[in-house]
Amino acid sequence: MNVTSLRAERPRGRVSSGLFKAFLLFSIGVGIVTLGTLLVTVVAKGYKYLDLVLLLEPPSADPQIAGARPAILATIYLGLLLIAFSVPIGVGTAVYLEEYANRDRWYNRLLEVNIQNLAAVPSIVYGILGLAFLVRGIGLGRVLLAGAMILTLVVLPTVIIAAREAIRAVPDSIRQGAYALGATKWQVVWRQVLPAATPGIATGSILALSRALGETAPLLLVGALTYVAFDPTILGDFTALPVQIFQWVARPQEDFRILAASGIIVLLLILLTLNAFAIWIRNRYQRKW
Amino acid sequence: MAAQEVTASAVRLRATRRRWGEDVVKVVLALCALISILTTVGIVVSLFLPAIEFFRDVSLSDFLTGRTWAPLFEPSHFGVLPLVAGTILVSLCAALVCLPFGLGAAIYLSEYARSRERKILKPTLEVLAGIPTVVYGYFALTLISPLLQDLGIQEGVFSALSAALVMGVMLIPTVASLSEDAMSAVPRDLRDGAYALGSNRMQVSLRVVVPAAISGIIASFVLAISRAVGETMIVLIAAGGQPNWTFDPREAVQTMTAFIAATGQGDVPTGSLEYKTIFAVGATLFVMTLVMNLFSIRLVRKFREVYE
Amino acid sequence: MSDTIRGVLPAQQRELPDPSLREVVFDVDDLGVSYNGKPALKDVNLEIYRNFVTAFIGPSGCGKSTFIRCFNHMNALIPGAKIHGTIHYHGADLYGHEVDPVEVRKRIGMVFQKPNPFPKSIYDNAAFGPRVLGMTDDLDGRVERALEQAALWDEVKDRLKASALSLSGGQQQRLCIARCLAVEPDVILMDEPASALDPIATTRIEDLMHELKNDYTIIVVTHNMQQAARVADMTAFFSVERGEEGQRTGILVEYDATPKIFTQPSDQRTEDYVTGRFG
Repeated sequence: MNVTSLRAERPRGRVSSGLFKAFLLFSIGVGIVTLGTLLVTVVAKGYKYLDLVLLLEPPSADPQIAGARPAILATIYLGLLLIAFSVPIGVGTAVYLEEYANRDRWYNRLLEVNIQNLAAVPSIVYGILGLAFLVRGIGLGRVLLAGAMILTLVVLPTVIIAAREAIRAVPDSIRQGAYALGATKWQVVWRQVLPAATPGIATGSILALSRALGETAPLLLVGALTYVAFDPTILGDFTALPVQIFQWVARPQEDFRILAASGIIVLLLILLTLNAFAIWIRNRYQRKW
Repeated sequence: MAAQEVTASAVRLRATRRRWGEDVVKVVLALCALISILTTVGIVVSLFLPAIEFFRDVSLSDFLTGRTWAPLFEPSHFGVLPLVAGTILVSLCAALVCLPFGLGAAIYLSEYARSRERKILKPTLEVLAGIPTVVYGYFALTLISPLLQDLGIQEGVFSALSAALVMGVMLIPTVASLSEDAMSAVPRDLRDGAYALGSNRMQVSLRVVVPAAISGIIASFVLAISRAVGETMIVLIAAGGQPNWTFDPREAVQTMTAFIAATGQGDVPTGSLEYKTIFAVGATLFVMTLVMNLFSIRLVRKFREVYE
Repeated sequence: MSDTIRGVLPAQQRELPDPSLREVVFDVDDLGVSYNGKPALKDVNLEIYRNFVTAFIGPSGCGKSTFIRCFNHMNALIPGAKIHGTIHYHGADLYGHEVDPVEVRKRIGMVFQKPNPFPKSIYDNAAFGPRVLGMTDDLDGRVERALEQAALWDEVKDRLKASALSLSGGQQQRLCIARCLAVEPDVILMDEPASALDPIATTRIEDLMHELKNDYTIIVVTHNMQQAARVADMTAFFSVERGEEGQRTGILVEYDATPKIFTQPSDQRTEDYVTGRFG
């Protein structure tokens, strides 16, 4: 054996290694290329109808004057209601699980498994829940409030999980110090733990909100009509931006395809803003303990 | 300054007043937690009660083994198999895309990429996961379907393949993220030992890291398939609206989720048999995903235990 | 024997008052602590005297931290911890029926091993105790007095709104002491207060203990014998006893005036420890 040569001895090994690496790069590439193609085609097509008409006018059978105003307003209202419902309930549940619940009790462990499970249930099942209970069951009807309530349930497991992680990240030494000064459990939570966990909770909630605003299926079942020409109210008929896009996509005419692309641009911009905001909060306020 | 005068008789260590506030807080928080339990109960009740009613009129065996789904025709048929077949067809084809490429992406990020590359690539893949499904549906219908038609693969406007390809790409981050977590949890020593014996990176990845992380990787596979089964918008837009008992992905199919969405949207009279089909199919869907999710949760717990 | 220790005993080591003149703050009777059934400490009997600095010394694992945490109900925060025996505080049973941990901690404060200031301003750290206990009259005055007693006021008086985390390690620990003093306790418990600090900061903490004992009763856990010799009036030496199945339980070996412990200990184990033969 020639010991002075350190070059790879088996060329065959190198070929398969090379092919493997190529496959790995291709794997990453598939995703990136698809993302790029999607964004480019959407923007290229939708750019044409991206104007104030889109933002300010209601939809119409004539694509030239159709806008997405009711849908955009409804999406904004849904977002506000979503935050108002899901953050208190989600943070409350997280505080209960992290600070108050006795881990040895069977019902608390069941609670944890339950939340993990709910996070993976298909969103259309939540839509069925909404249809049966809210729309038909208690007769709330196909209204914005029902949509907000159901989306809250969709998003709640994610908020709970994010809030729990933020609360867990607060070091125990802070709690000990506060207890030693005579604080009660709620005082420790409210005055030390939650303030310290707030950046993490905020980031997690906004990311969850952003996911929820892109959801379509549960809204279809809960009554987001695909053709709404007036501004939404909480207890009235409604639509939402993803639903409006869906309606336009379903039409075969090219003009509606263009409108759909424009609507998509608006939706993606809204989501991008939310995500950027969440990341900004994380970078600015997150403490490395 | 020293404390209040302390003599044996003056020291009172009992609370000056009962702290009601603490008890109230605990109850309020427990009620918040109760909402998630109520959600599960609500889902189960809202699915299975109407489904049970449905199965009084339609026999379970007809439902589960029948190959024709035509609830509105005369005579009506309630065989759910075409819908199930549509779901499985789309999900399997999506899996053929997301499982290998997701794993490949994970191996690259975990074993090959430099930290600067990872910092850019990982968030980019996350963006892929954050795009709303209705946008993917649009993409499938307006770009992929015409492309497949031009290539002669697809005949009509809709096809299972078109939806499945896009769904598969959408699920790559799901597989990649969880698999990469599992692979990072594998201790360095295992890799270092193999490298020290002269293995190259491919051998270490495939023979050491992947087997060590296998339960997390399989959990990610199961999770991705479960998501594919539950996906609605991509198939609603691009896969088709007619139930079709077939295993040819080039044909148009209707999945369980698309059926539920299409039927639930309309003004179906409450209590009618057609209305109840929503719940019967919904219950079937829920059971399928529940089994997969429970399996995946257990696998994730197992892989977390091994290395912590 | 311990000439080095003897040389360290401060000249100002005062003559301890006659036992009949000492006022008992804590009377510990047959105290034991177990975690989930496993005993960590047992059969402790001693008395803590007012305005004394009492040190607990001993090898690691002998239960000194467990013991000191009994005085302010901090063991109650650990699930599975059980206290056996009694502690009487000025005659009242510390673990009696319906005793409220908040009332206990109002009178008996604690400083921890690693400085743990809250991620808030210096002012808010010192003001936290009075705020949660409802002592909000003259808050500014309380904060100033507490920071002065902790020998920190001059260094921070111009930047009370600055974050507590911007202080050095020694300053942070003095802030934690100030925080404790702000609620005007009777007793201060210190669990290895200087072990995470550099020697200069350590000296400042020890000087502080000398001053504070005029107004407060101080119990300090330390693994540093020289420190005990420098600051403590009374010293309790703890050690580990091995059971039949090999389990380790902490016990009190000897408790006496500090000079005696270090120069003429009654128990051989004490002498072995203070001369450095083991531990």
